[in-house]
Amino acid sequence: MNEIKKQLLAVMLKIRKAEEKIVEVYARDGKMRTPTHLSIGQEGVAAGLALALHKDDQVFAGHRCHAAYIAKGGDYNGFFAELCGRATGISEGRAGSAHLTDAAAGIFVSPILGATIPVAAGAALAFQMDGKKNIAVAVFGDATIEEGVFAETVNFALAKKLPVLFLCENNLYSTHSSLSVRQPSSPIFERVRQPELPTEQIDGNDAVKVFETLTRAVNHVRTKQMPYFVECMTYRVREHVGPLNDWDRGYRTKDEVDAWIAKCPIARLSKTLMDEKIMTLSDIENEEKKYAKMADDAYEFALNSPWPDTLSMTEHVY
Amino acid sequence: MERQITYGQAIAEALVQGMELDPNVFVFGLGVDDYKGIFGTTRAAFEKFGNKRVFDVPACEGALTGVAIGAALHKKRPVLVHARNDFMFLALDQMINNAAKWKYTYAGKTSVPIVVRGIIGKGWGQGPTHSQSIQSVFAHFPGIVVAMPSNAYDMKGIILQSLKADCPVVILEHRSLYDIKMDVPEQPFTVQFGKAKIEREGTDVTIVASSVMVFESLKAADVLSRDGISVEVVDPVTIQPLDERAILDSVRKTGRLIVADTSWLRCGFSAEVAAVVAENIPQCLKAPVKRIGFPECPSPVSKTLEDVFFPSYRDIVRSVYDVLDRKPGIDIPNLQVVDSFKGPY
Repeated sequence: MNEIKKQLLAVMLKIRKAEEKIVEVYARDGKMRTPTHLSIGQEGVAAGLALALHKDDQVFAGHRCHAAYIAKGGDYNGFFAELCGRATGISEGRAGSAHLTDAAAGIFVSPILGATIPVAAGAALAFQMDGKKNIAVAVFGDATIEEGVFAETVNFALAKKLPVLFLCENNLYSTHSSLSVRQPSSPIFERVRQPELPTEQIDGNDAVKVFETLTRAVNHVRTKQMPYFVECMTYRVREHVGPLNDWDRGYRTKDEVDAWIAKCPIARLSKTLMDEKIMTLSDIENEEKKYAKMADDAYEFALNSPWPDTLSMTEHVY
Repeated sequence: MERQITYGQAIAEALVQGMELDPNVFVFGLGVDDYKGIFGTTRAAFEKFGNKRVFDVPACEGALTGVAIGAALHKKRPVLVHARNDFMFLALDQMINNAAKWKYTYAGKTSVPIVVRGIIGKGWGQGPTHSQSIQSVFAHFPGIVVAMPSNAYDMKGIILQSLKADCPVVILEHRSLYDIKMDVPEQPFTVQFGKAKIEREGTDVTIVASSVMVFESLKAADVLSRDGISVEVVDPVTIQPLDERAILDSVRKTGRLIVADTSWLRCGFSAEVAAVVAENIPQCLKAPVKRIGFPECPSPVSKTLEDVFFPSYRDIVRSVYDVLDRKPGIDIPNLQVVDSFKGPY
């Protein structure tokens, strides 16, 4: 478990340092011309998920996808190059931040709310047809359960007994609309629960808890060949889209943001690792430096990469 | 001697042969495995391959389309069936935002070659939401092939071609054509996308028609030939991709264009064909373009209204005289409108 904790921290730092790099350069350099939904504060869910999965399991996510993409092992230089619209981008500059897809790594992203939920079920159907033991994971936010396609897919997956894990990152807001005006006051996991669909809610900012819960959930899905639903409570620290803070814009308070920053999944796990004497402060700082350098280098790689050939623009339509 | 089968039988045969040729093909949709089997078209496949490859589903067109996409990512060849194409509106997010854009957005690294069958209804009071024809919706967005086969031969070939394609294909089938027979080879064969067929050669007027309107146009051409008028009928088979060259070549020859579609005129297939000609060879037109389609209202139920609403061969005949600026020299027989489906429901 010590090794898992170290890996969880490493994955979270890899995500955090990538996104801090985006924050640093986004407005300053203006080189990333793609609406960017940062996962800062939510890294615990993606890290716990990635370590709970087998390599050939697949993840299908939505617009706030950087964390899942990096955690699942999506090409890292290709990530920065994609944000910068370069030919070396993972999708050669056609997809941008909200469509980060690396099929080889098993991460697929499309940003219309709910868009990839049934696609995950389709992948699960293919696994089932082929007698494979892989599972598909649909990762989505709290607003996506309001979309019809979520209910449709849950019903389909239950009716067809598909190996799909539904993973809700509840960060309390849909853009600037509070959960309290969008849904009844009872918890999501209680409303989603069905006789054949076990559901639970956990603290998504506790990466170890996420890992342990999802390991159990993934095992349920894989061995029982049935869906499972987990709601992870978490919080996005930055604005909905873009690199800035927005606690002064009226839809949430600085107190609320600060309270969640105090529950930062990286700070929490770092403290645990030091308390349990698994890592020292300087070990952690070295990790931070390593991933900060990785982000610097990847940004450099992106800026030194060629632009897509404009003649290629209409390729791959059919 | 060739063997004759109906349009509906051609669908059934193509599905069975496609499934024999590729074990990754499966067919799903509401009622595909029931005793009616989507007007008989999925019954043979179900009987031959069973419920692992031909299976019933819940009513959730959006999710089903996403499921097809996810399965296609794993080299499956899903065929999703909608007993009325009007239900595909429920699947538009998946069709337009995911399927149409998938291969392009991800730089060709993955593709989602799903086949979606939608049936166009007409008559017996099927009314506002069961007799639309939604080709222009799909043809507007790059990334989806839209086929509207007008006969059994093309239908079989288009289905088998779709099951080999590397992109999503929407096949719009016209219920009125289901019982119409023609020669169709028993062996599997394919019909190309984007290659129009000159269904009848002529020199005076070009009619570009889609789906059942090809049939109506051929009937009109037959009648008009008795009045010394030579009509060329162009069937694009797929409206996306569209064989612009075949259309332009025909209009260059005849100098007159009529477009007959199974839907409304505004922003539709007929507008597209007119635009292609107007942009490229306006100097070749000896008369203004004529378009034939639905009147500007939803489709009504009452028989009296239906008879006026759906364009028929008589509207085509009248339009031909208009573009030729002449009056009929013969009596126009009151032929039955093509509709092999007699009801009742």
